[in-house]
Amino acid sequence: MNASSSSAQHALAPALREPVLVRAALIAVALAFLALFVLAPLAAVFTQALEKGPLAYLRAISQPEVRSAMWLTLICAAVAVPLNVAFGVAAAWAIARYDFPGKQLLNALIDLPFSVSPVISGMSLSLLFGAQGFFGPWFAAHGLKIVFAVPGIVLATIFVTFPFVAKEVLPVLQAQKSDQEEAALTLGARGWQVFLRVTLPRIKWAVLYGVILCNARAMGEFGAVSVVSGHIRGRTNTLPLQVEILYDEYDFAGAFAVASMLSLLALVTLAAKKLLALRAREVRP
Amino acid sequence: MRSVVTAIRKLTRRRGILPGFRLTLGFTVLYLSLVVLLPLGALVLRSMQLSWAQFAAAVSGPRALAAYKLSFLASLLGALINLVFGSLLAWVLTRYRFPGKELADALVDLPFALPTAVAGIALTAVYAEHGFIGRHLVANGIQVAFAPAGVVVALTFVGLPFVVRTVQPVLLDLDPALEEAAAVLGAGRLRILARVIAPAILPALLSGFALSFARALGEYGSVVFISGNMPLKTEIVPLLIFTRLEQYDVGGATAIAVVMLAGSFVLLFGIHAIGMVARRRPARSEVLG
Repeated sequence: MNASSSSAQHALAPALREPVLVRAALIAVALAFLALFVLAPLAAVFTQALEKGPLAYLRAISQPEVRSAMWLTLICAAVAVPLNVAFGVAAAWAIARYDFPGKQLLNALIDLPFSVSPVISGMSLSLLFGAQGFFGPWFAAHGLKIVFAVPGIVLATIFVTFPFVAKEVLPVLQAQKSDQEEAALTLGARGWQVFLRVTLPRIKWAVLYGVILCNARAMGEFGAVSVVSGHIRGRTNTLPLQVEILYDEYDFAGAFAVASMLSLLALVTLAAKKLLALRAREVRP
Repeated sequence: MRSVVTAIRKLTRRRGILPGFRLTLGFTVLYLSLVVLLPLGALVLRSMQLSWAQFAAAVSGPRALAAYKLSFLASLLGALINLVFGSLLAWVLTRYRFPGKELADALVDLPFALPTAVAGIALTAVYAEHGFIGRHLVANGIQVAFAPAGVVVALTFVGLPFVVRTVQPVLLDLDPALEEAAAVLGAGRLRILARVIAPAILPALLSGFALSFARALGEYGSVVFISGNMPLKTEIVPLLIFTRLEQYDVGGATAIAVVMLAGSFVLLFGIHAIGMVARRRPARSEVLG
């Protein structure tokens, strides 16, 4: 019985997988593409950053302007990520758990910041809050500067990182039925208890995944932030903007040194993502 | 008046026994409106302050037309390259075993994680005249950096993960029994690829392609460094908008931005439609199975 089924498998093998040479060729082409488009630029960042030696590298990344850019980048992420986590969980809950008219439209609109050019995102904020914007004069009269200042940069960051958490949490919630929450309710739990004790533990990995992606984009955003920043050195520059400034001044070693910090952040992001994915594979049989 | 009130009541009545409908939906709609819809509304409103003649002049000048053409064609080409190599990568990563596979899989996401400005200067370093790939290309008379080809390279880079990440899960979920059944019935490998596997991954391929194309159209950071930004030659639409803004031509910038925004809307709803069709209609292979 066994022998006959394995010989049947053997007879079918050519129809079920490619010849070994084809397999090797496909792997080689795919990896060459990856090396050409992804690995080469990544390697270039680090070789260029260290071209003038480790001392020059350390000097470049400890410039006061770089340090203030680092702070601003951290502030942006620290504001944008928690806000978008709160939004993402609420939106995913509303869309996954209830039926209401306009649900599909809402679902599509959440994706909007992904499909709008970052330049347009930044620009629309400056039309709203800039000197000639709709609300600009009001804020100016109250002594608040938004565009070409830190609040504008934070707002632009919130805009472009808006969908990340919602996009990760929604499919997980949709895949789960609400019977556990309903059981908790019938046992007398209150709304917040249900959320914290039943729902949150089941979506925590998706939330974490969203946080990682959201954070990477928040720290790396360039186009939208560039429009509203005004490029005031040491004041309204984030790390990606600092990269551009140094590059435009032909300080390539400096630009790549700052870029290497952002690349390290990207690598940490990828590693965290991979770990979470491997973990999810273990949990799900 | 009363009918409006009852309509609102009807809309916001409790649904099911789960609490939090009004709270979560209210917060979602409020936050979405404040953060996204209000600014984009300001953009549309500002463009309406232009006269029709001003609007038409801004969106149809030779520089704008050249930018639309470059943005559209370079994004299309980038998305096509990603369609071919992205599906190949997805196939190789799901079907074969080879050393370094997990690493390659992780690297696919690099374009998502790497800030676009970093990608821009890194790609320029690699593909410019003295770069370690550009050197060989220039020696053979192929100019990539500071030419339209550079725009395509950058847009391919930013769109790379989309096709891989939409096709990969579909390939993983594909039931091996389908292929075995086809083999038992006498189909050869190519026939199985064309008639069993291709129809199953087609919706995913389409949505990966569309996502990659949409992302490429709006991309700014990685392109501005490698393209050289020459008006009429290597100037993409987002850069043209930025340039108009810096020249204090807010009206011109707004007009072009509205044209682009309309394109994004069409793409966004197209992508959602593809996704919904793909979910509703079982893949053809399932029907066969």
